[in-house]
Amino acid sequence: MSISLKNVYFTYPDAPHRPVLNIPCWTVAPQEQVFVHGPSGGGKSTLLNLLSGMLVPSQEGQGGQGEVSILGKRLDKMSQRQLDRFRANHIGYVFQQLNLIPYLSSVENILLATYFSAHKKARVKSADVEKLLTKLNISPDDWSKQIAKLSTGQQQRVAIARALINKPELLIADEPTSSLDQDNRDNFMSVLVSLVAENKITLVFVSHDKSLSRYFNRIDALSDISCLSGARGCS
Amino acid sequence: MFIKLALKSLLNRKGSVVLTLMAMTISVFVLLAVEHIRYQAKENFAKTVSGVDLIVGARTGSLNLLLYSVFRIGSPTNNIAWESFKQIANNPQVKWAIPITLGDSHKGYRVMGTTKPYFEYFSYGNQHKLKFDQGSAFNQVFDVVLGSDVAKELGYSTGDAIILSHGLASTSFSLHDDRPFTVTGILEPTGTPVDQTLHVSLEGIEAIHINWRQGVKMPGNKMTEEQIEQLELKPKSVTALMLGLKSRMATFHVQREINQSVREPLLAILPGVALSELWQMMNILENTLLLVAILVFVAALLGLSAMLLSSIRYREAEIRLLRVVGAPSVFLFFLIQIETLMITIVSLILGAGILAISLAVAQDFLISRFGLPVSSNILSESAAYYALGIIAASIVIAIIPSLKAYSKAKINI
Ligand SMILES: Nc1ncnc2c1ncn2[C@@H]1O[C@H](COP(=O)(O)OP(=O)(O)OP(=O)(O)O)[C@@H](O)[C@H]1O
Ligand SMILES: [Mg+2]
Repeated sequence: MSISLKNVYFTYPDAPHRPVLNIPCWTVAPQEQVFVHGPSGGGKSTLLNLLSGMLVPSQEGQGGQGEVSILGKRLDKMSQRQLDRFRANHIGYVFQQLNLIPYLSSVENILLATYFSAHKKARVKSADVEKLLTKLNISPDDWSKQIAKLSTGQQQRVAIARALINKPELLIADEPTSSLDQDNRDNFMSVLVSLVAENKITLVFVSHDKSLSRYFNRIDALSDISCLSGARGCS
Repeated sequence: MFIKLALKSLLNRKGSVVLTLMAMTISVFVLLAVEHIRYQAKENFAKTVSGVDLIVGARTGSLNLLLYSVFRIGSPTNNIAWESFKQIANNPQVKWAIPITLGDSHKGYRVMGTTKPYFEYFSYGNQHKLKFDQGSAFNQVFDVVLGSDVAKELGYSTGDAIILSHGLASTSFSLHDDRPFTVTGILEPTGTPVDQTLHVSLEGIEAIHINWRQGVKMPGNKMTEEQIEQLELKPKSVTALMLGLKSRMATFHVQREINQSVREPLLAILPGVALSELWQMMNILENTLLLVAILVFVAALLGLSAMLLSSIRYREAEIRLLRVVGAPSVFLFFLIQIETLMITIVSLILGAGILAISLAVAQDFLISRFGLPVSSNILSESAAYYALGIIAASIVIAIIPSLKAYSKAKINI
C-alpha cells in the first residue's frame, strides 16, 4: 500500500477536546488517484499534513498513537529529521496558493526543492527542470522571471514542477485549483493527471469542489474516512 | 543555494534592509572611529616626548606646564630668569639643559626659541632623535628651522624668507616685518607637536623684539643686520627648560632642589608622570565617547533584530513552504542568522570604508587644528577585535528572530 492509516486520531493542541480527525482505517494503493472531498473546516488539510509528516497523530486515551504508514514506512515512528528527509525525498506537495518563493525564479524554486533531498540532488540537471517546465506549458521566457511576475495559473503549474522534480512516489494536492478560473483549472487538471499517470505517482487530491471528481477514478468523502462519532475498526 | 536564498530574500525586502543597513553602517562607523582616534591619540600622546628627564617652568600647575612646553597649548603665566637657567644648567647632576621661549607665531603655527643642542637632545617616541629632511640647524640670528607640517602646509623650502608675527593669532597685525627669517632646515615628520613648530635661536627672538616695548613696536631708526649682530643678544628670561640628567637616579633629588629654589618660584615635572596624569583626565572623556558609541551600536542592533522579527511574520508562507520541501527547522534558524551576518558584514565594510576615506580627508584638518596626527590606516589589532565583537554581538542579537523562525517552522502549518 502507498498509504495506510490505522486508528489515527488528531486534535490540535490548542483544542485538545475537539477531535478534528478520527480515522479507523484508510488505505490507498500504489498509483491510485484519490479525490477526497469535504466541507470547509472539515479537516482535509489536516489529513494531508498527517500524510506528509508535517503533523503527527495525537495520543488517544489508552488506544495509543495510531499508525501512519506511507510507502511502507511508519511516519509515526520517525524522528523529526527523518521526517524532513522522507518528505524531501518521497512526497510532493501542492497547496492552494503560495507554493513558491515569490522572489525567486521558477528554475530557482524548483532547484530549491532538490536542495533538501540529499540523494537526488546529484541526479537533477537543469535539463530535467527545463523538460518539466516545457511539459507544463511554461514558455522559456518565463523560466528566469520572478515568480511574483507570473500569472496565478502559471504559478500553479510551476508548483507542480516543483512538487515533481524529486520524482516523488506520492503527490499531495490541497485545493490547488481554487484560485484558478475555469480554463486554467481544466488546463491544470489535465496536465496534473497526465504527469501523475506518466510517472506512476500515487495522488491524493482534496477539494470541496466536487466538479473536479471527473478526473479521478476513486472518490472518497472525508466524512466516510473520518468518523468523529461512532464505530471504528478496519472493515 | 542557502546563501543565494538569504541574499535574494534580503534584496526582496530592499526598503527595510537598506534602512537597517544604514543604521548599522553609521553605528559601525562611529564605533570604529571612536576606537581608532582613541588608539591613535594614546599612541601619539605617549610618544610626544622622551629622553627628557625634567621640564622646568615658572610655578604653575604641572599640567599647565606640560601643555605649554610640550603641546604648545595655552600660554605660560611667567618666565624663568636667565640666571635661574644658568644656575640649573650648572648643577653637577645636569647633563644638558635646553631653554625654550614661546610667544610668537607664524600663520597660526607657534614659534619656539631655543638653542642648538635642542636638535641633538630632544627625542620623541621610542628615543627617536630629530632628523633633518632638508638643510641643517640654525647658525645665524635670523635663521629658522621648520617642523615638517609647517613646511608642507605653507609650502616652504630651505632658503625661503619668513616673517614672524608677535603674539599667537594667525591674523596678528603686529608683524615683525622688519626682520625676515631665512629657512635653513626642515625636520622630518615626527607625529608630535614638533611638526607644527618653527624653531629659531634665542638670539633671534631677542633680535626681533629690539625696539619693542610692552608688545608694541616702537618707531625709531631701524638697525641693520650688521648692527644687530654686533649687539650682545642675551635673553633676560626664557619660558621653560628641558633637562637631561647624568643619572636617572638623581631625578627626584634635582626635582626637589628646583622646586625649593629660593631665587624664584619654579616647578620641575617628570614628563612621563605628567603625561599619564593628563591621559587619565582624558580617559574619562574617552570612555564616555566609547560608551556612547557602544550604545549607538546596540540601538542599531536592536533595530536589525526588530526588522528581522517583523519580516518573519510576513514570511510565514515562505517558512511553511521550505518545511514542506523538506527543510529542517534549524535551516530557518540559520537562514535568519545568515541574513543578519550579511547585513553586519556589509555594514562593517561600508563603515570601515567610510571611516578610512573620511580620515584621509580630515587628516590635514586634524593635524593643523588639533595637532592630532591620525593615520587613515584603520587596520589595527584592536580594530580587528572590534570587528569580531560587532559580528559576535549581531549573532547573539539575531538569536531572537532566528528562534522565532525556528519555532514557527517547528509548529508547522
Ligand atoms: N493550526 C491550527 N491550530 C488549531 N486548529 C486548527 C489549525 N488548523 C486548522 N485547525 C482547525 O481544524 C479544523 C480543520 O481544519 P482544516 O484546515 O484541516 O480544514 P479544511 O478541510 O482543510 O478546510 P478548507 O477547505 O477551508 O481548507 C478546523 O476547524 C480548524 O479550525
Ligand atoms: Mg484546507
